Amino acid sequence: MSILHLMNKSPYETANLDTCVDFMRDGDAMLLIEDAVYAAMKSGKASARLGGLDVSVLGPDLAARGIGEDKLADGVKVIGYEEFVDLAAEKDKVQSWL
Amino acid sequence: MKFTVQVNEGPYQHQASDSAFFFVKAALEKGHEIFRVFFYHDGVNNGTRLTTPPQDDRNVVTRWSALAEEHGLDLVICVAAAQRRGIVDDGEAERNGKDATNIAPGFRISGLGQLVEGAIQSDRLVVFGD
Amino acid sequence: MSETKQFLYVNRRAPYGTIYAWEALEVVLIGAAFEQDVSLAFLDDGVFQLTKGQDTAGVGMKNFSPTYSALGDYEVTKIYVEKESLEERGLTMDDLQHLTYEDEDDDWAEKDSIRLVSRAELAEIMAGQDVMFNF
Repeated sequence: MSILHLMNKSPYETANLDTCVDFMRDGDAMLLIEDAVYAAMKSGKASARLGGLDVSVLGPDLAARGIGEDKLADGVKVIGYEEFVDLAAEKDKVQSWL
Repeated sequence: MKFTVQVNEGPYQHQASDSAFFFVKAALEKGHEIFRVFFYHDGVNNGTRLTTPPQDDRNVVTRWSALAEEHGLDLVICVAAAQRRGIVDDGEAERNGKDATNIAPGFRISGLGQLVEGAIQSDRLVVFGD
Repeated sequence: MSETKQFLYVNRRAPYGTIYAWEALEVVLIGAAFEQDVSLAFLDDGVFQLTKGQDTAGVGMKNFSPTYSALGDYEVTKIYVEKESLEERGLTMDDLQHLTYEDEDDDWAEKDSIRLVSRAELAEIMAGQDVMFNF
């Protein structure tokens, strides 16, 4: 069964990103919301951990933090709340790495 | 799809309640059912009607109340967490000898069983917190 | 009428510094009445919740650690503790409470509730659940 892994904390504040990535399996997706969007910045060390994974980031949270989409790591998809809902429905369950 | 949403943090302190609100709103716009929004831990503080946020900022509490009224949402505040943090309705005031109530419109206080029931009856549980 | 779901309560925080550990346990206790297939996972700082010898007198807080030993009576028999989290924190199983349950299918024999699992094993367990609770 597939999981949508929901990340909300900055990867520089907690080790949640490491834990989350360790738990991800084929067919799972990761969604970065709130302060976790910083993980998607290609200039930051954290983005290296996203390689090879299905990662989306919430557009409104990027914009709030002044992160242009051109600053994102390759392969990261920018989505809105409606697609967030779609992802939560598409995967079998949601794991919030608080 | 039927969703139960859990909100673990209070208004303003964390973005959790905001994120949950926009998720719920988007789910409703897409025609999904929100079975219940369950407020736990400091999340119960979303249910006080006594907040006076600055005029130029969003009103987290009334925004929930309005969404609940528009869509007939079931906003449930956990009774044990509410007792700890002082969110009171008429029943709780009488039971616990409080001289005031502060619950916001659209919210009701009930037991943790409502969260568990939500998880059983819904297709998805989505948790917003710290 | 409703099917039985596989519930996983995920515990990742230490006790006392925040209320999440205790209030999470309260959900497990209330939830027991709903007779779902319940498992608990302790990883990251959550493993600290299960340590022996918690004495909260000096901090004036309620010591809720005895509640873990009652979980068996609430038919919680699957308590997964993640090996890597223990090791990272310099803990061994000896530092944890010995949690047990009585197996009604085996003449009420007392059995260990704690199952030590690797992160990879826990990821597989999580993949097989229907619902995860996080606090």
